[in-house]
Amino acid sequence: MATRIPGISTSSATDLPVLKPFLPRSAPQLHTSAWLAGFSPWMGLVLFLPLMLWPFASHAAGNFTIIDAFGTLWNWVPFLLKSGFLFNVIISVFAMLIGTIAGIVLGLGQISKITITRRISWFITQLFRNSPWLVLLFIVLLAFPFEVTVFGVIIMIPDLMKAVIGLSLPIMANISEIVRGAIMSVPTAQWEAAESLAFSRQQILWRIILPQCFKRMIPPWMNWYAILTMATPLCSLLGVEEIITLSRQAMEAENNHPELLVPFYSFALGLFFFYCYPIARMTMYLERRYAVKI
Amino acid sequence: MTTKSTEVIVSIKDVHKSFGDLKVLKGVSLEVQKGEVICIIGPSGSGKSTLIRCINALNDIQGGAIQVCGIDVTDPKLQKLELRKRVGMVFQQYNLFPHKTALENIMMAPTLVLNEDKETVRKRAFALMQKVRLEGKENAYPGELSGGQQQRVAIARSLAMNPDVMLFDEVTAALDPETVKEVLVTIKDLAQEGMTCILVTHEMGFAREVADHIYFTDNGVIVEHGPPKTFFTKAKDPRTKEFLSQIL
Repeated sequence: MATRIPGISTSSATDLPVLKPFLPRSAPQLHTSAWLAGFSPWMGLVLFLPLMLWPFASHAAGNFTIIDAFGTLWNWVPFLLKSGFLFNVIISVFAMLIGTIAGIVLGLGQISKITITRRISWFITQLFRNSPWLVLLFIVLLAFPFEVTVFGVIIMIPDLMKAVIGLSLPIMANISEIVRGAIMSVPTAQWEAAESLAFSRQQILWRIILPQCFKRMIPPWMNWYAILTMATPLCSLLGVEEIITLSRQAMEAENNHPELLVPFYSFALGLFFFYCYPIARMTMYLERRYAVKI
Repeated sequence: MTTKSTEVIVSIKDVHKSFGDLKVLKGVSLEVQKGEVICIIGPSGSGKSTLIRCINALNDIQGGAIQVCGIDVTDPKLQKLELRKRVGMVFQQYNLFPHKTALENIMMAPTLVLNEDKETVRKRAFALMQKVRLEGKENAYPGELSGGQQQRVAIARSLAMNPDVMLFDEVTAALDPETVKEVLVTIKDLAQEGMTCILVTHEMGFAREVADHIYFTDNGVIVEHGPPKTFFTKAKDPRTKEFLSQIL
């Protein structure tokens, strides 16, 4: 910051409470987006640098050259995109959708007037917020039946759907915290003003409080979408078809040449970068735009 | 002022209120008649704002009784919404809804709470904007208005509910001296129309001018009260005298 104003951007000479430096109220945690958006847009190309250097580092004798490795990757690219990365996107979109809806319900539960609702919502939020994502995925995969019978009709539950549910749980818990935090960030004076105008609690929440904090929820919400997308390769451990699973299968089909490892995984890395980078940039842009308006 | 009927509209009897161990009100009693304007004055922390907030149940009380328009505020089965439809309140920090225009701020409660017809409410809202001398600012957002203008919108917003009593909680305390006047003029108009008003204020000159009755609170009790003429010139209690000598 160029100007340093005592009592505003830096601490002042006195310790009078009114002159303490102004700290914006609990800025949402956007570490991931901040880190990702910090890269230059050319970073994606830099990611491919190891690929370029690979021939010099590799001294594996044999007739399978690096040119062959790239040729192989090139042949697989349409398949990896259409049957692989597309599914990472599908999983992330649906997990986000379910997680957001459930998270909003849970977040509103956390500020409920009913003590038991508030306690339970808090407990569920903390439980799923602090559990390893992979463990949640495994629990869902193993606990859910692979088929259910509804009115005599057997419906198969595909692994993809289980992966979506498994990933939506931590998203739900984190969205719940975002909703709670945003509601709490609206000054209590707004509640009092609305109460004194005889609005009911429901009306205050939906008509007065949420419209004010809706914008503030968008940047952290997008941040979690980027995190979620980058976590979708976890599903490969469950055998769900997505880019990492297919990359491995493709390499196996190509006789597991070690020269294939770096091109294939770098390709996946680059894809995730090019998908998440614009989201991170957008997140940081919106965060700057909405931050000061209180 | 206008002729007074003797209908008691707010009655407060021996009210006690504490926040944790801190006793804020220690047995306060007062009565307000229909059409009367009363001012509560006193040093900071003497319980003025707490008292006024108890009237529309924003604060609950630990002892005593409050009756407003025949509604028992201390009833555990109190219909808070019914009470608040009768009592308007204006705050020090205006507390307008920042995402709504001035007109929408005024229209919201009558349309959503009282379920009145939108067009009727719109007409009334325009009339109220005129009354608080803000014609032309209907579509401005609170952030675009000055403090004094926001406060007048806040007054209009409360009036739109057609309350029986208006509470003003240090409504000019956050304003600069020039805009204080425009808000006070608005309140004075109201008082002259016969609206029952309860004001917590530091504006002594104003209190003297508009109030029918002045209450002086200190340390959680009402030390002295009386009509402004006798109150400002013939105060008996030493605490009142000291307070008045400091500010007059």
